[in-house]
Amino acid sequence: MIYPDSKTILEVRNLCASVEGTPILKNMNFTVKSGEVHAIMGLNGSGKSTFSKVLAGHPDYEITSGIVLFEGKNLLEMEPEERARTGLFLAFQYPIEIPGVGNSQFLRLMYNTVQTHRGKEELDPLEFDDFVRDKMKLLEMREDFLDRSVNAGFSGGEKKRNEILQMALLEPSLAILDETDSGLDIDALRIVAQGVNQLANKDNAIIMVTHYQRLLNYIVPDFVHVMVDGRIIKSGGKELALELESRGYNWVSDEYKAASRVAA
Amino acid sequence: MSAALQNIINQPYKHGFVSDIESDVAAKGLDEGTIRMISAKRGEPEWLLDFRLKSFEAWLKMTEPTWQNAHYPKIDFQAISYYSAPKQKPKLKSMDEVDPELLRTFEKLGVPLHERMALAGVAVDVIFDSVSVTTTYKEKLAEVGVIFCSFSEAVKDHPELVKKYLGTVIPTSDNFYAALNSAVFTDGSFCFIPKGVKCPMDLSTYFRINTEESGQFERTLIVAEEGASVSYLEGCTAPAFSSNQLHAAVVELVALDNADIKYSTVQNWYAGDENGVGGIYNFVTKRGLAKGVNSRISWTQVETGSAITWKYPSVVLQGDNSVGEFYSVALTNHYQQADTGTKMIHLGKNTRSTIVSKGISAGHSNNSYRGLVKIAPSAAGARNYSQCDSMLIGQESGAHTFPYIDVRNNTAKVEHEASTSKIGEDQMFYFAQRGIDAEAAVSMIINGFCKDVFQQLPLEFAVEATNLLSFKLEGSVG
Repeated sequence: MIYPDSKTILEVRNLCASVEGTPILKNMNFTVKSGEVHAIMGLNGSGKSTFSKVLAGHPDYEITSGIVLFEGKNLLEMEPEERARTGLFLAFQYPIEIPGVGNSQFLRLMYNTVQTHRGKEELDPLEFDDFVRDKMKLLEMREDFLDRSVNAGFSGGEKKRNEILQMALLEPSLAILDETDSGLDIDALRIVAQGVNQLANKDNAIIMVTHYQRLLNYIVPDFVHVMVDGRIIKSGGKELALELESRGYNWVSDEYKAASRVAA
Repeated sequence: MSAALQNIINQPYKHGFVSDIESDVAAKGLDEGTIRMISAKRGEPEWLLDFRLKSFEAWLKMTEPTWQNAHYPKIDFQAISYYSAPKQKPKLKSMDEVDPELLRTFEKLGVPLHERMALAGVAVDVIFDSVSVTTTYKEKLAEVGVIFCSFSEAVKDHPELVKKYLGTVIPTSDNFYAALNSAVFTDGSFCFIPKGVKCPMDLSTYFRINTEESGQFERTLIVAEEGASVSYLEGCTAPAFSSNQLHAAVVELVALDNADIKYSTVQNWYAGDENGVGGIYNFVTKRGLAKGVNSRISWTQVETGSAITWKYPSVVLQGDNSVGEFYSVALTNHYQQADTGTKMIHLGKNTRSTIVSKGISAGHSNNSYRGLVKIAPSAAGARNYSQCDSMLIGQESGAHTFPYIDVRNNTAKVEHEASTSKIGEDQMFYFAQRGIDAEAAVSMIINGFCKDVFQQLPLEFAVEATNLLSFKLEGSVG
């Protein structure tokens, strides 16, 4: 939702990033305010997943220029774990499996680490157990899920629910959902979307990175951005997503190229 | 490899100090005279001198084995000093009489000798450069008939027991290093649990090598009579020297009918520096004889130190229905090499063995599991389950598995499972994205990986092992 007295959560200015010398992000500009839900759409290779990983601080990407402010602080100077503790959350497109590490232990360590850094109380194993089971209900997750290893042998849907459960535990001020809809059947999609909608409030913000309109039927964005070749070339309201769905992406690129030629 | 992880792994060895204690060190070199000298210094009876000389004779005829998956320059056995003892006489009744410098050494090592030990109720035998310095709780154990003392005391006070069992599990001619040990061993621990006695506390030995260019050759013998049981813990450290020290110990366990011996080791000998200079050559022979029916011998080891570790704690399952277990975590970093595993020799009917091996390799290190499961024709209904998991950290480390299976009875059942995994940058990033720093992440992954083995350790040891692994690994994923 767009609120009149919102504050800026994320500000990205002229961000350029490359991987192994190949530029991927080219002058990315993007602003997110509290309460807002943004959707970044684009074809494969447009740079949208890179953008989410760069924000989270993935070591494979090199920032070549630009500024990113997160709640007014220089995000690019922060280590990935600091970014997470400060309130930036990335729901991974492909959550990695960590065999041998119990999910409940992992979730508790994650929760307590972040709580400590926010100057809040840690929970002991019993308290945490109650707390996490409560959150699991929101995502209609089975209880045995806590006893399994982190993501190991999880179905695609279970992995994505686990991501949103972590979001529910950490209560980030900015959540980036990277292709959270991929690999989900329609029921799982509904449950995950419901979860995200319940977590959205006027103090936090959500960025959804997606190919398809499908997810946006459930989590309605305030803004839709089209990303092509490492930058946002068109922004609009939620109706832009519907237009992309029916017309594809080419017309946006064509329009952008035409406009660029006129400008030149 | 990410810099943060690199840093975690590459922390200096915290036990790398030398204690300023005067040692009585023998001249380097080995001949019959050296052996007679060692025996005389220890005031040994004739039969033990004979045992040594026979072993020496066997050793002279043997050639140094080279089949292990490890590389090191040829050892000059004449450049080693075969005897080094703290000068102060190790005849002590209470801890107050121990040289304070020695006590400080143990404090630095984190060996909880004082009140903490009393609270934990653990009896400790401390071996310093091959000589037993002190044994605690001796009287309390004597009340129930348990003998726990240094090997040399056992030779003096219980010669009949030592004579009866010494060399019965590992014959003097068993292998090159066992023969060498049998010839030159200076001290070690002796433990005897009489019939029907459950040892009321865990027994523990701490070993430390303190003198450069001295070898450590200790000898441990544990006997559990019918229906007896004992849990035995062994810890090892050494200071950091730029030269390599040889540690060639022999451990023999004997379990009679219905007896139960659990032997746990946390080995943290000096591993050499990050370029592979210095460190202990840990060439050890450990074997248990599950002699009686329903007897059980269980080895648990956490091997984190030494430049080269080369050992196979084994069980000979002679008694019907006897059980052999081997739980191992071997961690190597930098240029460390480990070739370790076990041998389960099934002779009796319905004998069962379990092998769980977890190898973790980081840096440029090389980690091999080598195991033999042998089912003799007599071992009807024998069963073995083996699980060997390897974890690689970084790009330069190696993991190898060499399982040997020899089944001569068609009613036997043998299972072997193996896996290899890797701590990858993406796993580390996942943890980081959830606010968890690299150290805590590595520690959590490693503990998860080693869980099945750590569960076998006595509680205090499990905590120590967990900390030790995290400490050793600080800095090396990617």
